[in-house]
Amino acid sequence: MVPISYYLILAAILFSIGVGSFLIKRNVITIFMSIELMLNAVNLTFVAFAHMWGNLNGQIFVFFVMVVAAAEAAVGLAIIIAIFRTRETLSVDQVNLLKL
Amino acid sequence: MTPMSPHLIWFIPLLPFAGFVVNGLLGRRLSKNVVTGVALFCTALPMLLALWLTATFRAEHLLSLVTGHHIWIQISGFQVLFALAVDHLTLVMLAVVTGVGFLIHIYSAGYMAHEEGYWRFFAYLNLFMFFMLTLVLAANFLLLFVGWEGVGLASYLLIGFYFKKDSAANAGKKAFIVNRIGDFGFLLAMFMMIAHFGSLSFGSVFAQVAMHPQLQGGFLTAICLLLVLGATGKSAQIPLYIWLPDAMEGPTPVSALIHAATMVTAGIYMIARCHVLFDRSALALGVVALIGALTAIFAATIGMVQTDIKRVLAYSTVSQLGYMFLACGVGAYSAAIFHLLTHAFFKALLFLAAGSVIHALSGEQDMRNMGGLRHRIPVTFWTMTAGVFAIAGFPGLSGFFSKDEILYHAFTMPGPMGKLLWAVGLLTAFLTAFYMFRLWYLTFFGAQRFEDHLADGHHGDAALVHARKDTHATVVAEPAHGHGVHESSWVMLAPLVLLAILAVSGGWIGIPMALGGTNHFEHFMYPVFSTSVVPHRMLQAPAVSYTLERTLAAISVLAAVLGLLLADYFYRRRPDALAKLVHNTRGLHVTLVNKYWVDEIYAKLIIMPLMMLGRYALFYGIDLAVIGGGTALSAAGVRGTGGLLRRIQSGNIRSYAGWLAAGAAIILAVTIFGRAILHIF
Repeated sequence: MVPISYYLILAAILFSIGVGSFLIKRNVITIFMSIELMLNAVNLTFVAFAHMWGNLNGQIFVFFVMVVAAAEAAVGLAIIIAIFRTRETLSVDQVNLLKL
Repeated sequence: MTPMSPHLIWFIPLLPFAGFVVNGLLGRRLSKNVVTGVALFCTALPMLLALWLTATFRAEHLLSLVTGHHIWIQISGFQVLFALAVDHLTLVMLAVVTGVGFLIHIYSAGYMAHEEGYWRFFAYLNLFMFFMLTLVLAANFLLLFVGWEGVGLASYLLIGFYFKKDSAANAGKKAFIVNRIGDFGFLLAMFMMIAHFGSLSFGSVFAQVAMHPQLQGGFLTAICLLLVLGATGKSAQIPLYIWLPDAMEGPTPVSALIHAATMVTAGIYMIARCHVLFDRSALALGVVALIGALTAIFAATIGMVQTDIKRVLAYSTVSQLGYMFLACGVGAYSAAIFHLLTHAFFKALLFLAAGSVIHALSGEQDMRNMGGLRHRIPVTFWTMTAGVFAIAGFPGLSGFFSKDEILYHAFTMPGPMGKLLWAVGLLTAFLTAFYMFRLWYLTFFGAQRFEDHLADGHHGDAALVHARKDTHATVVAEPAHGHGVHESSWVMLAPLVLLAILAVSGGWIGIPMALGGTNHFEHFMYPVFSTSVVPHRMLQAPAVSYTLERTLAAISVLAAVLGLLLADYFYRRRPDALAKLVHNTRGLHVTLVNKYWVDEIYAKLIIMPLMMLGRYALFYGIDLAVIGGGTALSAAGVRGTGGLLRRIQSGNIRSYAGWLAAGAAIILAVTIFGRAILHIF
């Protein structure tokens, strides 16, 4: 039996990679992917804890997160395409028109 | 009187208020006839109610009546009721206010017929009637004060009726502000009464004073002196009389109603009402008598040289009010109220007649530009003549009886002060006769001076030699609809005739016993003033002082005749002698024409320092520096902080993400390590 801490450490590493690449990367698609990474790190902890307590709530929550992530991916990709069509770039540093 | 009927008393003040509401809210859309109808109805009915009330009192031998027990203010043990009280003093005041008020309303319908804001005028006039009737009907000091302030408001609105004219607007402000000084005294007096008697109702306060004969002077003197301060403001006495002459900027019916017959007598009414308090303070009574005597002669001397017909009457009013103060001061309250009554008749008449003259001359108020109007406007002439002879105190006319009663009471007051007051009063009577006949001669006799505008100094008043220094108010913009000299319409003349009849006969209700009368008026007032501890002449032994009273009457008649002869000499027969006299007494004349420079002295001594304080300490110091500076400082602080914080909102998504991550990290750190840190402390 793998101790729970292993899962948690792996999830923490995944989450940190997600945060780090979210902060560092300029490409919108990469940023998007790092968000997915963070979500999946959280999913991993949910599943790990669900297994540990023998409780299905965590597993069910993971499904919710995945549904939301799928919906978010659909909307997010649509936004990315819209941005690319108008700005012809995917660099977030150039999408700063809200600041006047 | 049926048990329900006292409630009808409430209609006396409330009807004019209804008139004010109707005309004030809807008047703009109503026709002139409807406005007039509403205003007249709402003053005629209270007059009838007052008459009915008087008849009831007489029929049932009632002494007083209190109605209304609705609690208005209740604070622990202290309460003020919404209550009206009627006694014989109130009945007299009701008669004056509603009677003279109604006649002046009729007159106004003619006088103001061509004015813009006709409805506004009548709305204000009804508002005034409401407050004045509240004032005289009030059963406690607080309700009286409501009326007191309210008439001040109405007075302000009506003085400034021609508000487009700067001088009128300023005169309104002056009246209001000067009255504030008096009101401050009144308020303090009320506070002291609450502190000492725990009540403001007339009944309770006066009963408590009556129950404690040992109360003499002390705080009662303080209360009385503060009340006197209030009365000097409202009744235009030294030192606060200065607003009344300026108040002549208002339309003439206003001057007649508010600034001659009714509102300015409120101070005298109040002192008479509080006679129980004043009787306990010889000092306060002395002050009242002194103020009265001083004002009477002071204003009379100024009145002698004024050239504006309404200003002569204004100073005459101040002087006559001084007479009433004098009467109160010597404890002759009944005589004061008697003079108040007769004065309301003849002074309202004089003002209305003067208004008719002004109307006839299409707005001219300067007597130097009048003259010879005797045959042109005969009805006005004859009615005014009745008023002039009445105020001068010619035997048989109303002013004679009331004035003589005051002089007699002053003379018989124990101590040397009484004789002095009598002498001042007599001199004032002489001056009064002089300046009234001067007005009479200048207006109605001699050559016509109004076509050749601004006559040259050869004829007419030698005051021309020294043209008036004060620029305001001489040349006027009173109602003018330019066509030649004409007698006023009967709407205006009818009140004149009625008032002339009253000015002649009004004194007959108070003919003293010494002159073969019964002094009915004093008997009527006796229940009100009988508690007075100042010895009342009411119950004097007959025939003891009749000789004295007759002699004094003869002397004052002599003074009046002398005034007539002097005016006749200077203004009809020998104008050249007048010019010479003016020349010889140049300094005195200039002083009088400039009204002793009282306005200027006040401006320098009081208004200037206050303006300085206001401008430099309060405006620049407090307003601009502290309040303005403080606001600016806090605004700058907010702006600075905002300037710093707006950098966070860079628009850069990654920096937002950075802040988000940092925030999350901090929250995480606090949740994990916070407890440990708390433990350390």
